Amino acid sequence: MSGLLRTEPYIINIGPQHPSTHGGMHVEAVMDGEEIVDVIVHLGYVHRSVEKIAESRTYTQFIPYAARLDYMATNLPAWGYAAAAEKLLGLTVPERAQYIRVIMGELSRIASHMMFVGSLAIDLAATTGLLYCLRDRERIMDMFEMTSGQRLLASYMRIGGVSHDLPEEFFPAINSFLADVPRMLEEYNGLIIGNEILQARCNGIGILPAETAIAYGVTGPNLRASGVDYDLRRDDPYGFYDRFDFKVAVAQKGDCMARLMVRLEEIEQSARIISQALEQMPEGDIIGKVPKVLKAEKDREVYHRIESAKGELGYYLLADGTDKPARLHVRAPSFVNLMVLPIISRGGKLQDIITNIATLDPVLGESDR
Amino acid sequence: MIPNSNEEAINQILNSMDHRVQPYEDPFFQGLRVEPADLLQLMLLLQDQAGMNYLADITATDRKEEFEVTYHLYAIPDNQMKIVIKTRVPRDAAELPSVFTVYPTSDWQEREIFDLMGIRFSGHPNLVRVLLPDEFEGHPLRKDFRKEG
Repeated sequence: MSGLLRTEPYIINIGPQHPSTHGGMHVEAVMDGEEIVDVIVHLGYVHRSVEKIAESRTYTQFIPYAARLDYMATNLPAWGYAAAAEKLLGLTVPERAQYIRVIMGELSRIASHMMFVGSLAIDLAATTGLLYCLRDRERIMDMFEMTSGQRLLASYMRIGGVSHDLPEEFFPAINSFLADVPRMLEEYNGLIIGNEILQARCNGIGILPAETAIAYGVTGPNLRASGVDYDLRRDDPYGFYDRFDFKVAVAQKGDCMARLMVRLEEIEQSARIISQALEQMPEGDIIGKVPKVLKAEKDREVYHRIESAKGELGYYLLADGTDKPARLHVRAPSFVNLMVLPIISRGGKLQDIITNIATLDPVLGESDR
Repeated sequence: MIPNSNEEAINQILNSMDHRVQPYEDPFFQGLRVEPADLLQLMLLLQDQAGMNYLADITATDRKEEFEVTYHLYAIPDNQMKIVIKTRVPRDAAELPSVFTVYPTSDWQEREIFDLMGIRFSGHPNLVRVLLPDEFEGHPLRKDFRKEG
């Protein structure tokens, strides 16, 4: 009988309008019965051509565009851009501003990772998990509002520093937040990680071997979850990261659970960095001596990279002697990381694609640019 | 085992390629210029013999008569060497070899350059647009792309 049965591959479309794609992304799952044969990713639904826009904006004018790349961790892409521009223009940043950047950057990382945990939970139908994470992330949004006036898309970074000093009410808010972080993590551990269904959907699913991760340029928490101990904050330090004592979170298995656990540990480590930054931060200027019109000499170029919430976020800037860049290129970790989605999904079941997308943690504003 | 990347290994590669690679000054990287025909060989040697296992970024710039393609290479986990490779292709024959066989991460990054800058990568397994729709005409990052609206 079995010789007469013939199967043929068929395609299931996920997205572009589907909550589990975390933005506008279209995924074609090529199935043979219940098994995934291949995954084809279609990007570009959120393409705004920001690299082209940058060529007609002054160096300063690009900051709000940068803040909208990874809108889940707004201060990190803005910081990366500001730092790249400073390198190109040869500007220095005052000490206090460096510390404020670390504090706001790490808060953004925590916000992004909380969204990761919450959205993974809701993608696996554990709606309550999302609500707990959003409740805690809300306190970070409040702090962004205090400092910059904006909650989600704080264009708080400036070339040479930051836009405002930290207000008085910021300090009690951050201190109580940091004091509550262990309790939040305990809650996530019990409520979300302790959930049997979540464990079954994450353990051993979407395994990404270390060699594959490096070959495909996967960086950030996704790389560290595959057992590669590599974090730009420690291994290619920028800003003041060499002044803090923190542990780089690494997990070994490379599966969805490992990617989740690395993020949870990073929340804890980010909180540690913030407390040290608050202790060490001196009084002083929040922005350096920056000329009114910023011009870099013709043909000068930089590639500056930071450890963003999603991985290596790099900016390539080329100057043409005017107040606008000749070329800006964003090396977006979300874009590069997504390349392994087909690799980690093949041979699995349809439902695993959802978990794999959620744990690769792409943000489409950044991948599509 | 990943061999340690170091200057000695780089120098050996430069010697073995017999002046077909030109070092240049860059404040943050070891800069190398190479002709498109020698690009793949240089990449292979850097990966095999100098431990440059991580191609972080590929980007292209419009230089009027030519396009310049830039590659940023690092080694994971030690960051001892930072290498930038530059190569140029003429505007009217914008094609260079894909480095996909050496660095699979170039897959979508080369597609992006093909899509937005209109440079073809020979030997790429699936050279189609990645961000813009397939039927889109033109390559927006070229300086002569007409902006409307």
